[in-house]
Amino acid sequence: MDDRLGDKQLLKIKHLLGIKGMCKEDLDLILKTSVSFKQILDTPNKKVAALKGITVVNMFFENSTRTKISFEMAEKRLSADVLNFAASSSSLKKGETLIDTAKNIEAMKIDMVVMRHSTPGAHKMLMDNLDSIIINAGDGAHEHPTQAILDLMTIVEHIPDLKGKRVTLVGDIVHSRVAMSNIHALKIFGAKVQVCGPSTLMPRDIEKMGVEVIYDLNEAIENSDVMNILRIQLERHVGASFPSLREYHNYWGITNEKLARAKNDILILHPGPMNRGVEIDDDVADGDHQVILDQVLNGVASRMAVLYLLSANIGGAK
Amino acid sequence: MKKMINNINLSEPLFKPVAKKLLIKNGTVIDAYAEKEFESDILIINGVIEKIAQSIKAEKGCEVIDAKGMYISAGFFDMHVHLREPGYEQAENIVSGTNAAMSGGITGLAAMANTTPCVDNKFILKDIQSRSKELLVTVHQIPAVTIKREGKVLAEMTELAENGALAFSDDGNGIQSSETMKGALEYAKMFGTPILVHPEDHSFTEGVMNESFTSTELGMSYIPAIAESINIARDIEIARYVDGKVHFQHVSAKESVELIRKAKKEKLKITCEVTPHHFSLTDDKVRTFSTDYKMNPPLRTQEDVDAIHKALKDGIIDVIATDHAPHPSEKKNVEFDFAPFGVLGLETMFSAGITYLVKPKKLSLMEFLKKITVNPRKILNLEPDLLKKGRTAEITIFDQNKKWKVDRRKLKSLSLNTCFHDDTHYGKVLYTINNGKIFKA
Repeated sequence: MDDRLGDKQLLKIKHLLGIKGMCKEDLDLILKTSVSFKQILDTPNKKVAALKGITVVNMFFENSTRTKISFEMAEKRLSADVLNFAASSSSLKKGETLIDTAKNIEAMKIDMVVMRHSTPGAHKMLMDNLDSIIINAGDGAHEHPTQAILDLMTIVEHIPDLKGKRVTLVGDIVHSRVAMSNIHALKIFGAKVQVCGPSTLMPRDIEKMGVEVIYDLNEAIENSDVMNILRIQLERHVGASFPSLREYHNYWGITNEKLARAKNDILILHPGPMNRGVEIDDDVADGDHQVILDQVLNGVASRMAVLYLLSANIGGAK
Repeated sequence: MKKMINNINLSEPLFKPVAKKLLIKNGTVIDAYAEKEFESDILIINGVIEKIAQSIKAEKGCEVIDAKGMYISAGFFDMHVHLREPGYEQAENIVSGTNAAMSGGITGLAAMANTTPCVDNKFILKDIQSRSKELLVTVHQIPAVTIKREGKVLAEMTELAENGALAFSDDGNGIQSSETMKGALEYAKMFGTPILVHPEDHSFTEGVMNESFTSTELGMSYIPAIAESINIARDIEIARYVDGKVHFQHVSAKESVELIRKAKKEKLKITCEVTPHHFSLTDDKVRTFSTDYKMNPPLRTQEDVDAIHKALKDGIIDVIATDHAPHPSEKKNVEFDFAPFGVLGLETMFSAGITYLVKPKKLSLMEFLKKITVNPRKILNLEPDLLKKGRTAEITIFDQNKKWKVDRRKLKSLSLNTCFHDDTHYGKVLYTINNGKIFKA
């Protein structure tokens, strides 16, 4: 054990399937551990032996660059043996079932599974059928818990106490797992959460999650302490619920001009990958308020924390 | 797929010939047609009701069923079933499906046309009719309204009606073209048969569950309630215009119920059905991510369930029918998005009604029985008055209070996809009699 890590504490959760239902103590512990790992990442020897002998498989059934690299980096920094498996979930539909694929891989003696999948709840199926520790790297528009944790970590670096602070998620809320996980996490930490975007990108009864819905971006910019700008999936929308990217950019794209009305210390996050010129302008994406590359580094640190803390349950997840 | 339970081959008929003389003694007859309940014995000779009277003496050689503490009703009828034969025999076949039906007290059923090939012509209809003979359960095959259920060209409805079609349905598909729907309703008027409508506007993005706060939290793709009610509103307009006979299948949304309530006030020829899962469960169940709760129309909200209970009580909903939709486990045991829609129903129709409607006093036993005996037969122009001397004995004997645990492995269907697995249900069918045959649970 690397003595830079101190004593390992235990999480109440055995798997990380979503933020919903998690307790504040668990999130606090993950954040605290993430900070330790970030400090280690700042030293010349970035590697710890914490997961030596442990095998982690990254199963990605949807395209991902950032999240996949981030998890792989985290696993390697922890000295785990890493296996990568990528396929489109539609190929699963034709051939072998998800359960069979996963059981085959598990039969090769793996300990932890990180999975991204297009179907909400696919991780629950995996958990019910495997003995491995399951970590959700995104399931449809349901949850993306490690994204919420890294976003939280990044915000807390600037705003240690989120109580009463207003955080706005901007853009495509209805198709966004990032939005769902962020809402759950931010509420646990006492933030006031607001969602902003065109009404057709707001899912039904979203207010019941305890968030405020606002359509006017300028008003949202004025009252926010933090804005998390979600990616517009370019291929998805134009049609019955979305007139054009031009209109989107004009009314919901973040520009320096619009930011002029913001509080001086407003924080701008983006989970990436960015569509410059659509939801965010160049001068904002590279500007003084953004913490986008901090999010990337925090992503590795917080995923190290999640893997490390959950590894305590290996062999006894059920 | 299940092939056997306890060494019983599920693809073999599970009934026996009824005794030459059979006396049902000490039971309570509940006749939902006459709306009467009385203590009485029933004597059946050669499968035909000979006598309904008190204290009938058992003659020599007469078999006796002691029905003390049990109810004797007309056999149940399920007007919405998928038997999967031909084309999907891995999920169910005519024999296994009717085994499941009689084990649920059902003596007659209407089978939908979404088989492969589709039942859209006389030859396939006659083939299925010939393969459904000699069974305890009377199978009424319902042909499609349009060729291949594509909603474009009408099937040869006159010939189909002449060959025993009691109604027509493109079930599984909503008829998208208003013109086709108008044509079908006008054409069917000639033989007085209703069109059974699967109300769905397919222009809404394809979803997997109800659009609600639950779909928002789960991030699931959704089907809004209005995908159903818009189609119902349209077809009420068409029915009024052509004076046609429409029966709405598996109504699930409160909006739909309200439209039908208004149409009935106008005395239009409109009837409708609800499935047991839509009066028992809400979309909250989808939070388990179990594909046992994936059906179309999807489970809705508590508000919808409350509206359905009220409409059942008020007589706005005429019929309870199951939409029995077997799927083999390898098709259901996949990610929610990829699983087919549909759940089993035949073996839990009665017990779900007792458990979720009669026990909580949403309906009286008589009101409930009317919706699974008299009303579906009336809608399909079948004889609804069955408990009479001289009629074929078509009888279900049940214990209203008997508790049992639904176990998917013990159901007679070849498939496992019940949405009531592990639930405790009240009401158990003990004997089902029809066509000179008897099934004992």
